[in-house]
Amino acid sequence: MTEFFQQIVSGLASGGVYASLALALVLIHRSTQVINFAQGEMATFATYIAWTLIDRGMSYWPAFVLTLLVAFVGGVAVERVVIRPVERAPVLTVVMVTIGLLVLVNGAMAWLWSPEVKSFPSPFPSRAIDVGGVAISLQDLGILGMTLVTLTLLYLFFRFTKVGLALRAAAVNPESSRLAGVRVSWMLALGWGLAAMLGAVSGMMIAPTSFLEPNMMQVIIIYAFAAAVLGGINSPVGAVVGGLLLGVALNLIGAYAEFLGPELRLPVALAILLAVLLVRPAGLFERAVVKRV
Amino acid sequence: MALLELEGVEARYGQVRALHGISLAVEEGQVVALLGANGAGKTTTLRAVSGTVRRTGEIRFEGRSIVRGSPEGAARLGIAHVPEGRGTFAELSVWDNLRMGAFVRRNRRAVSADLERILVHFPWIEERRGQQAGTLSGGEQQMLALARALVARPRLLLLDEPSLGLAPLVVREFFGIVRMLNQEEGLTVLVVEQNANIALTVADRAYVLEVGEIAVSGSAEELRRNESVRRSYLGY
Ligand SMILES: Nc1ncnc2c1ncn2[C@@H]1O[C@H](COP(=O)(O)OP(=O)(O)OP(=O)(O)O)[C@@H](O)[C@H]1O
Ligand SMILES: [Mg+2]
Repeated sequence: MTEFFQQIVSGLASGGVYASLALALVLIHRSTQVINFAQGEMATFATYIAWTLIDRGMSYWPAFVLTLLVAFVGGVAVERVVIRPVERAPVLTVVMVTIGLLVLVNGAMAWLWSPEVKSFPSPFPSRAIDVGGVAISLQDLGILGMTLVTLTLLYLFFRFTKVGLALRAAAVNPESSRLAGVRVSWMLALGWGLAAMLGAVSGMMIAPTSFLEPNMMQVIIIYAFAAAVLGGINSPVGAVVGGLLLGVALNLIGAYAEFLGPELRLPVALAILLAVLLVRPAGLFERAVVKRV
Repeated sequence: MALLELEGVEARYGQVRALHGISLAVEEGQVVALLGANGAGKTTTLRAVSGTVRRTGEIRFEGRSIVRGSPEGAARLGIAHVPEGRGTFAELSVWDNLRMGAFVRRNRRAVSADLERILVHFPWIEERRGQQAGTLSGGEQQMLALARALVARPRLLLLDEPSLGLAPLVVREFFGIVRMLNQEEGLTVLVVEQNANIALTVADRAYVLEVGEIAVSGSAEELRRNESVRRSYLGY
């Protein structure tokens, strides 16, 4: 039983990472109807920036905050420079552009930092604490806590601030938003900035265990896609729940279904996704919007 | 000086020209009605004012040219446009819809005071504040759209066929509120209507559009007596 709890907690920790990245995908898809295939590479890039800052002697948390700022500006810039020009282009064009961005960022990272694997520090101690007889790793707890703090802040921002409201409004009804005085095109850029920040958090959380290299996020982004689709590609709550569920499920499978082996984790994740989508094509949390005319 | 002046305004959708050079004026504190058959260009005229269609010619608001402005710029100047179909944020709550109305305003205290004042006319909104706006009835959505526009404390309110799809009683209630706000607070309104009867009861002045041009204009009184207006739009 204790091992089961440990597995759940560590599943929630990795699930939190998938959730953050999935939420980044959802934020962008809601506002610009674009699936950002480069989200994972952007997150890795941000993690490299954090690595560089720490490598140059900055301590962890200032580097963390500075990286978030850089990621935000970078996300805004990507929307302005790369996405904006193809805003009205067919979906396939936009897809190609984000895939191009993926390849470009990936190459840039290998060129700037070399493809070799780097170790990345964790801000959390590597001890475990005893909670009612269950040893829980402070790593896992820290990552989970970090994810929850990030998501809570984001929720409060969307729920209670004027800009958060405008972001939601611009995503669902751009024309009315403009009539209300919202500069919609900047809201889209802002959405990309926030998504890049979320990606940066997930990158910095996963890097201590997965090690930093240009392809670090390539499997994780697939889990994030799975989580986003599982929850419903336009549902922020769905992305978070989807990510956590997937993290726990994968961890339990890894621990208790050993015959499957680690190389089957990804196929199993996608099989779960397929099964859910067969029953609920729009995802677990996608609401059909009631519209009256 | 009129609050809003249009001079030789043309507007087009791609190759289709919808307005062929129209001129009209809305004085401060007036309710002005814009009548005309389907496709005459009424909606396009409002869109030209708020900047949601490409237009040329001259449009002045408070004496300043706004013909090169954007919709968000018009909103910031105090032009509240309730579009055809009401422009409800269907996925957002009723309360968030109202908050969106206040987006252009900075003074929070003044907004809460105004909200209180406005909600007197729409007492049901408080009780439904958490409801998804898209699930309101058509009449409720139209009232919400009016309330949302009022929270912006507009200098000029543009209404596009508010009576569309509403029961006669609700239409009367709606225009009753508009008239009250006009008389008590000097709200200036440019309203597009198919229901010429009610529009000419509430309005001070009216313009009749025909195929993208102003065909008739005058005081509401004059238009009610105008033979052809009576036959075409009032139906008696
Ligand atoms: N998006 C559009 N694309 C192309 N043509 C348009 C568009 N919107 C309107 N038009 C054309 O412009 C002309 C004027 O349309 P407008 O919507 O202003 O008419 P209206 O007077 O509001 O009519 P109604 O009473 O039916 O709402 C019409 O001929 C219409 O077909
Ligand atoms: Mg119309």
